Amino acid sequence: MPRVAAMTGNNAVAESMRQINPDVVAAYPITPQTELSEEFAEFVANGKVDTEYVTVESEHSAMSACIGASAAGSRVLTATSSAGFALMWEMLPIASGTRTPVIMTVVNRAFSAPINIHCSHDDTMGGRDAGWIQLYSENSQEAYDNMIQAVRIGEDMSVRLPVMVAMDGFIISHAVERLELLDDESVKKFIGPYQSVNPLLDTKKPVTYGALALQDYYMESKWQQSAALLNSKAKILEVAAEYKKLTGRSYGLFENYKLDDAEVAIVIINSAAGVAKMVVDELREKGIKAGVLQPRVYRPFPHEEIREALKNIKAIAIMDRTDAFGAGGTPTFTEVTSALYGLTNPPKVINYVYGLGGRDIRVEDIHGVYQRLTEIAKTGKTGKMFEYLGVRK
Amino acid sequence: MAVSLKELSKKEEVFCSGHRLCAGCGAGTALRQIMLATEDPVVIVNATGCVSVSTACYPYSSWNTPWMHSAFENAAATMSGIEAAYKALRRQGKIKKKIKFIALGGDGGTFDIGLQALSGALERGHSFLYICYNNEAYMNTGIQRSGATPLGASTTTSPAGSVSYGKNVFRKDLTAIVAAHNIPYVGQTTPAHWRDMITKVKKALSYEGPTFLNVLASCHRGWRSEMSISIKLMKAAADTCYWPLYEVEKGEWRLTYNPRKKLPVTDWLKPQGRFKHLFSKPENKEVLGRLQASVDKEWARLQKRCGVGENKEKVAV
Repeated sequence: MPRVAAMTGNNAVAESMRQINPDVVAAYPITPQTELSEEFAEFVANGKVDTEYVTVESEHSAMSACIGASAAGSRVLTATSSAGFALMWEMLPIASGTRTPVIMTVVNRAFSAPINIHCSHDDTMGGRDAGWIQLYSENSQEAYDNMIQAVRIGEDMSVRLPVMVAMDGFIISHAVERLELLDDESVKKFIGPYQSVNPLLDTKKPVTYGALALQDYYMESKWQQSAALLNSKAKILEVAAEYKKLTGRSYGLFENYKLDDAEVAIVIINSAAGVAKMVVDELREKGIKAGVLQPRVYRPFPHEEIREALKNIKAIAIMDRTDAFGAGGTPTFTEVTSALYGLTNPPKVINYVYGLGGRDIRVEDIHGVYQRLTEIAKTGKTGKMFEYLGVRK
Repeated sequence: MAVSLKELSKKEEVFCSGHRLCAGCGAGTALRQIMLATEDPVVIVNATGCVSVSTACYPYSSWNTPWMHSAFENAAATMSGIEAAYKALRRQGKIKKKIKFIALGGDGGTFDIGLQALSGALERGHSFLYICYNNEAYMNTGIQRSGATPLGASTTTSPAGSVSYGKNVFRKDLTAIVAAHNIPYVGQTTPAHWRDMITKVKKALSYEGPTFLNVLASCHRGWRSEMSISIKLMKAAADTCYWPLYEVEKGEWRLTYNPRKKLPVTDWLKPQGRFKHLFSKPENKEVLGRLQASVDKEWARLQKRCGVGENKEKVAV
């Protein structure tokens, strides 16, 4: 039977990790992920999991150990944030390149400098092209649900890729929310036992992982990896459909919030999407046709589906909690505009950087964005395309 | 732990021929000895370096045993994960057999960029043997200096020049650094002393917990020496006490080879082109003096640690 609980995002993810009961966790504590590492250590200390917990000396070693443990033939989880994510950067494409389905929670936090422990999406957005599947979560419930689905997706025989599940540092990781949890048995049944592929520990059938592949083979290896990631979309939807049967909770490639007849829309990821949806409800009461597109699956990026969902909108604001310095447009702006490319009468688009380093994104801020979009929809004049929202200049 | 050539010659080679290491490479010779010393099935993790790129060139592999390479600085961390998986699966009854774990890294991957990962893995107590094949520079990338490069050696990043005598600082004593982790077994050896080497690998693998071997492995490309004298050179390293053979077993320091006559360090240096400027330029003579003095001091300290007097023949093995 499902349980209703009040939990922080970190608690919820830790609970999912206990229920997944992985063979190995290798993790290094970093704010705001720390509670996760601590809580999982409690599970280990009290015999609640069968996991071998490797308390590594750095995140580089955390990801290295995860890749080793996965190649050895075991189910592996880890978690990190910000600088820790940056330190394991070298290993991220090695995880996807060796096709080791490591599952990692990333509690989003800003990059230094200046040092800041609060939320930006610098970490996961920076690592978006590392060959991992990326799932984003608005709240604790979604983080919990994404974790359980991630295991099924990454480990699927047609996928075999690592998956990262992102949730906002502090805003979600440290805020208590109501959520529904599955019972242990249902999680166990849903994820099934780990199936290893060519494990290192099968000494009767020796395999070589990580061989040198030069001009003659490297490209084929990368092509296979690319195809697996692009093709994972179908599996992600299949797993979501099955999860819906189990929980009643519906997941897709993104959330389409009142977009179908919308004239103005915001594209926004993670916790701030909650604020945007609330504002949409207020605007709808006033007769303003507003909507939200909230990406969940960022890699593989659902270009066609997003084009389909946005093609009739008049004006769109694409908002990111990170900057792609010097690009003149944030990562999601580039993705969404590329999805819209080729439409005969494409929507007008503007781009905002918001909420860096945990800066609060207020209801009034979002109202302001919709006001500007309504103006653009009316006049057809976009004005300045790229802006920092609410910054003191 | 008696080791006989006759017995070894009957063993199936796990490290197979066809690899692309240079003729006369000390690492290749060492690997063959290491793998001949193993009894149980072995899983290998290899840091990036000459050995990884020369022994596993897709679609070929010289390893007739499970083998993994993932990056340069993380052999010990990667092994930590593999060993943790083994422990977890064994506890769950999914794996029954005994498996041994050997991590390999060059001096770059061990003394320098991988030292943190090594130290962490040793502290955590994973059961594995880490072997550093130490050829005293980053040879795979073209002879750049490392923390293992001796004073005075000319490398591509510490070249001897009109105002330089080569590397201007001493190497670090990694074996002692590892011994300070108080792990069950630490040793130093060379493949020129095959019996010593094989005995040490066997001893190391007999322990639960982390063990470590620092293996001086010749590199004629980097040492600028004749490939035919690799074994002789590694012998000279031990006979001059530049590279003493010893072990630290459960905290007990023991010499495993005490040269009858300690040869001058120049016997080790002179055949190597990387030191030739120390001999050809009069102003560099003093570097030879400092090298000899440092070897003497280190040797005296090691003898003391091992409870061996200068002229006493109290040597184990």
